Amino acid sequence: MPTLPPFQTLLDTHAEDVMAVLRGAVGRADAEDCFQETFLAALRGYPKLSDDGNLRGWLLTIAHRKAIDHHRANGRRPLPIAEPEELAGTSAEPELDEGVWALVGALPPKQRAAVALRYACDLPHAEIAAALDCSPAAARRSLHEGIKRLRKELT
Amino acid sequence: MKAELKRLADRAAAEGLLDVAYANIDSPFGPILLASTPRGLVKLSLPNYDAEEALEQLAGQISPRVLEAPARLDDARRQLDLYFEGRLHEFDLPLDWQLSKGFRRRALRAIDRIPFGRTRSYTEIARSAGNERAVRAAGTACGANPIPIVVPCHRVLRSGGALGGYGGGLPMKQALLEMEGVLDKRE
Repeated sequence: MPTLPPFQTLLDTHAEDVMAVLRGAVGRADAEDCFQETFLAALRGYPKLSDDGNLRGWLLTIAHRKAIDHHRANGRRPLPIAEPEELAGTSAEPELDEGVWALVGALPPKQRAAVALRYACDLPHAEIAAALDCSPAAARRSLHEGIKRLRKELT
Repeated sequence: MKAELKRLADRAAAEGLLDVAYANIDSPFGPILLASTPRGLVKLSLPNYDAEEALEQLAGQISPRVLEAPARLDDARRQLDLYFEGRLHEFDLPLDWQLSKGFRRRALRAIDRIPFGRTRSYTEIARSAGNERAVRAAGTACGANPIPIVVPCHRVLRSGGALGGYGGGLPMKQALLEMEGVLDKRE
């Protein structure tokens, strides 16, 4: 068993990023609830975590699941979502920049969710489509529109 | 973010997921780290110790579910404030003794019964803990006291009345004993 750092250090290091990702994925109003659910789930599983090599990736994976739970609970039919297993061990960490995420938060809901799921949670288009309950083509379109808009804001 | 984190700590506690709550507080001697489990106060780290390191040890020894949750230590903080002002003579706090075992725990429990303003010798503590000859071990128990001040190891002196040692440094031991009226202020 590895010696895990005090859970507070995870909060100190990653809470802001997790919140930013969730604001992108579910919107500002619902991000707080998802944030609570994410960290409670993390706290529940933490002592049994066998690999502390990528705690940030682990937290973002949980956040992604909670965002999907949220989208499901919001009146959409249950979706057959593949577990994002491939994320658990990934070392490629998304680039997070407060300023950019503030802009993501200002996007229309679909674009916002698509961008967050793609770049924060590293989901493929098919899973973004499943999470948003739309066709892959529509997911790609939302993502494309979102990126186009961000690019315009940033330049 | 502060409100969110407070809410998280409250919910974690309600769901039995807050194994170690901690707070950094001020004292006349410098910053002190307080930590408690659901059973009671488990750790007090004096100003000359590294609080980060103390938290890492708690994560390893008790549980990694360690959260900053100052509200859960309000009572301990209030009582310590009053004690440092000389206005509280006996702490009324549940204690969690799990970080001490065997002879050390017995010695610390004996120390816990020394009243405000009184002192005992290391030999007397060794006797109370069940082994009069284990004077050196009684000294070690003091040095390893996880909850100093509240468990008043500063009230344990050498048989001749010399100060002996103190984890928080001898000037702190001296000051606490002066505040309790045991020692005259030195010129």
